[in-house]
Amino acid sequence: MPQRFDKLKNSEHELRIFRVRALLALLVVTAMTALLMGRLGYLQVVQHDLYSTRSENNRVRVEPLPPTRGLIYDRNGVLLAENRPTYNLTIVRERVDNLDKTLALLIELLNLPEEDVEEFHLRSRQRQRPFQPALLISDLSEVQIARLAVNRHRLPGVEVEAQLLRYYPHAEVMAHALGYVGRINEEELKSLDSGSYAGTHFIGKTGVEKFYEHELHGEAGLRKVETNARGRVLSELGRTDPTPGKNLTLTLDKELQMLAYDLLDGRRGSIVAIEPQSGDILAMVSAPGFDSNQFVTGIDVASYRGLQQDLDLPLFNRAIRGHYPPGSTIKPFLALAALREGTVTPETTINDPGYFQLPNDSRRYRNWLRWGHGRVDLERSIAVSNNTFYYSLAHDLGIDRLHKQMTAFGFGQRVAHDVQGESDALMPSREWKRERYNQPWYPGETLSVGIGQGYWQVTPLQLATATATLANRGEWVTPRLASKLGEKTIPTALPDTPQDIELTQESWWETVFSGMEKVLSGHEGTARRTGVGLEYRMGGKSGTAQVFSLGQDQRYNADELKERLRDHALFIAFAPLEDPQIAVSVIVENAGGGSTHAAHLARAMTDAWLLEDEAPDVDDVHETLESSNADIEGQ
Amino acid sequence: MSWLTLTRGLRRYPVRPPDSGMARRKSIWERIHLDPWLIGLLLLLMAVGLVVLYSASGQRIAIVYAQSIRFGVGLVGMVIIAQFSPRTFLRWAPVAYGVGVLMLLAVEFFGDMGMGAQRWLVIPGVVRFQPSELMKLAVPLMVAAYLNRCELPPKLRDILVCAGLIGLPVMLIATQPDLGTSLLVASAAINVVLLAGLSWRLIGLATVLTASALPLLWMNLHNYQRQRVLTFLNPDSDPLGAGWNIIQSTTAIGSGGLWGKGWLEGTQSQLEFLPERHTDFISAVLGEEFGLVGMLAVLTLYFMIVCRGLWLSGASQDTFGRLVAGSIILTFFIYVFVNVGMVSGILPVVGVPLPLISFGGTSSATLLAGFGVLMSIHAHRRLLSR
Repeated sequence: MPQRFDKLKNSEHELRIFRVRALLALLVVTAMTALLMGRLGYLQVVQHDLYSTRSENNRVRVEPLPPTRGLIYDRNGVLLAENRPTYNLTIVRERVDNLDKTLALLIELLNLPEEDVEEFHLRSRQRQRPFQPALLISDLSEVQIARLAVNRHRLPGVEVEAQLLRYYPHAEVMAHALGYVGRINEEELKSLDSGSYAGTHFIGKTGVEKFYEHELHGEAGLRKVETNARGRVLSELGRTDPTPGKNLTLTLDKELQMLAYDLLDGRRGSIVAIEPQSGDILAMVSAPGFDSNQFVTGIDVASYRGLQQDLDLPLFNRAIRGHYPPGSTIKPFLALAALREGTVTPETTINDPGYFQLPNDSRRYRNWLRWGHGRVDLERSIAVSNNTFYYSLAHDLGIDRLHKQMTAFGFGQRVAHDVQGESDALMPSREWKRERYNQPWYPGETLSVGIGQGYWQVTPLQLATATATLANRGEWVTPRLASKLGEKTIPTALPDTPQDIELTQESWWETVFSGMEKVLSGHEGTARRTGVGLEYRMGGKSGTAQVFSLGQDQRYNADELKERLRDHALFIAFAPLEDPQIAVSVIVENAGGGSTHAAHLARAMTDAWLLEDEAPDVDDVHETLESSNADIEGQ
Repeated sequence: MSWLTLTRGLRRYPVRPPDSGMARRKSIWERIHLDPWLIGLLLLLMAVGLVVLYSASGQRIAIVYAQSIRFGVGLVGMVIIAQFSPRTFLRWAPVAYGVGVLMLLAVEFFGDMGMGAQRWLVIPGVVRFQPSELMKLAVPLMVAAYLNRCELPPKLRDILVCAGLIGLPVMLIATQPDLGTSLLVASAAINVVLLAGLSWRLIGLATVLTASALPLLWMNLHNYQRQRVLTFLNPDSDPLGAGWNIIQSTTAIGSGGLWGKGWLEGTQSQLEFLPERHTDFISAVLGEEFGLVGMLAVLTLYFMIVCRGLWLSGASQDTFGRLVAGSIILTFFIYVFVNVGMVSGILPVVGVPLPLISFGGTSSATLLAGFGVLMSIHAHRRLLSR
């Protein structure tokens, strides 16, 4: 009994302990609940705005809508650059059950070599965040798309995505004039307007595509979309449509451009044709060309190295960056310069013994015809391309006046309005030589310049531009590649056009023109064979440029070496004489055989542009060339 | 007269026991050994839980259906457990504890790996089972059973025995590694000791010891566990990786505001920004869609359940019952606190579900079993009275 009493008493005591503890526990529970409630109140009331914004930012994503790039047409509306839908295969790793199996199935379905598995594994990892599709194969064929569509259910996580891709139908012929677009690289990314280019992957890299990049690109639109955590778009909340890029109409004539390219027949060289009244560049070819479409999706390393290491430099735009000694092609311009400066008149004659000597100097500067042309006046000096006349003319002018006058024709500077990457080339001067070599100008150097050799270098575009200005009787028109942007016509009279070239007597133009006509039509003209059967009056001037040395890094075998040391053939021409419609410059590297090669090509160009009947047959031109190759004509 | 004989008497004469001192009429609830208040609150909570779960599961009715089945099974289990006398639990506690420890050892050596931790014991073709879940009840029962034999408040020797009883399974669970569960098991058992009247001096000492042991614990943590703690301290250090969960859950709750975005309208939840939205992070769905008002309502519901549970345990008349009941209800609250604390960013991320709202069979079963024990203790109490 006492034991039981103790137990009871003990039990009472234990109950008291428990109740005290339970009460304390309740207090703690109350405090902790209050803490939770306080925390929730803080999050949901005090900081509600902050988290609302965060949640909204989570949910709503602004997606850029890239604009469609403007199309490029030639002057007759022939499409030169278009956007073709292409289909790419992408893969989202997170949605693929078994990557190895999926890739194996793809290879089997698409008939791809087994080795591609490795590459695919690599590519499937190339992305920035989870659930982002990685590009496996670009530009799928229709058969491949069909096969994928049929087997879709077996390929979870694999998607076919449509994308507009730039395509150049006449890539090789147009590559240098048009340029091309390529993937935006990191450097470009830094300088781009990130808003406008947010959804754009391609940008003009060279040529017209680069020069008119802003207009061709257009303005990006945007759409607000609701996405889930994986970035998957669930619904569209609003959108601003993109402004597509403007279509561009070029001054190029696709037919003439193709003819020029075919005429060069894979030889290294360049042909530029300009319409004198407007400055429209009708053709601008640099050969050999290359397939610019390769650069759009990204060229593979092997092909790129092939192009880069090709000794013919297909990636090099000779028309605007090639530096050539102009040779005798500049004689008409020098004649005009001397007329303007008053050092010669149309009546001035010299007696050519076959060489020229500076006073107090025994060195003989030779004419190309060893025994000389005898009595030569200005008109004849052009027709027969007499060197002695121009040695004397240059000597009388002096380098300073010569430099000033030639600059007026655009030599030594960029001449065109919208030609991307044009080179200045080089019009030498006393100052230039001092700066470059820290040497004085020697009188003998003026004589070299007088026959278009020495330091003087021109680009085919400069030569064509000067010819067009001459054909215009001194009226300057800046050459241009584009004539219409969207519906807007680009004005012909472009702002920074150089000053027109004026002569004291208009008739002097006729003297020079007549000399140039006789190059082709005169009985002793240097290109009289080319002039046979002309159906309109044409002026021209031949030239050869000596090749002194080759690039140091380049290795040639003996035959190639011999070929590459041959003279360059040059020719400038315009026609018809009384109302010039076209001015052309032709340069064929290492053509040999004097200027005949270039002259034939120039004639084919003017024939094609001026004659109603169909364009001259390229094969005929080449045949004539071969037969006349044996004759070595004047310079 | 022993307690045992009295219980047997009840079994034999359930309606009108011969003891004339208890001539008072028994209510239907007493006869089926259930507490109507507690049952009512639990059912209300489960109903709320199913509503939230429908939204949190991305409106998959199948999930709600599965959860309802589990609730049903759990409730039946609870009612069955409530029919046992507390004596039974007292008697079986050492057995459950022993079996549990053996199974933990088995997990240690033959356990199945899942999610980078050994937690599951698999008897092929029969059952996949987490022994640590059993220990959430077995350990506090065992400690209470032990303390029941001692004179309270417990002496230092008893405390040391309890520490051993608690320490062994907790260590085994922690090395699985499942720090969250081991801490829950430990706190459930420690609740028992605290309620038994552990002296304040010892409580103070234990606090100091624990604090000084923290660096040691830190050194023994797994990398992912350390990462969680670091992320908790500064979620923005890795917003797309480890910090993602906590940033998204606080964003969900905060954006809910006072009234919430409305049922099924929570963008964080419905657009899958919220991770594990129908399990551990379901409270963020609740906070986003029902706002502060909804959160407070649910917390109040939990608070009422805890109050009722504490009341019932306080009314229990033997030490074992009191300790077990008190521990069960306090552990229940710890679940709530840790879950809501974690989701609202005041505690590091540990895998603790929101009781009876999060989707999950095992946790609901354990919780309801606990309530079964609690009700059994409550409903069998009057037999010893007066």
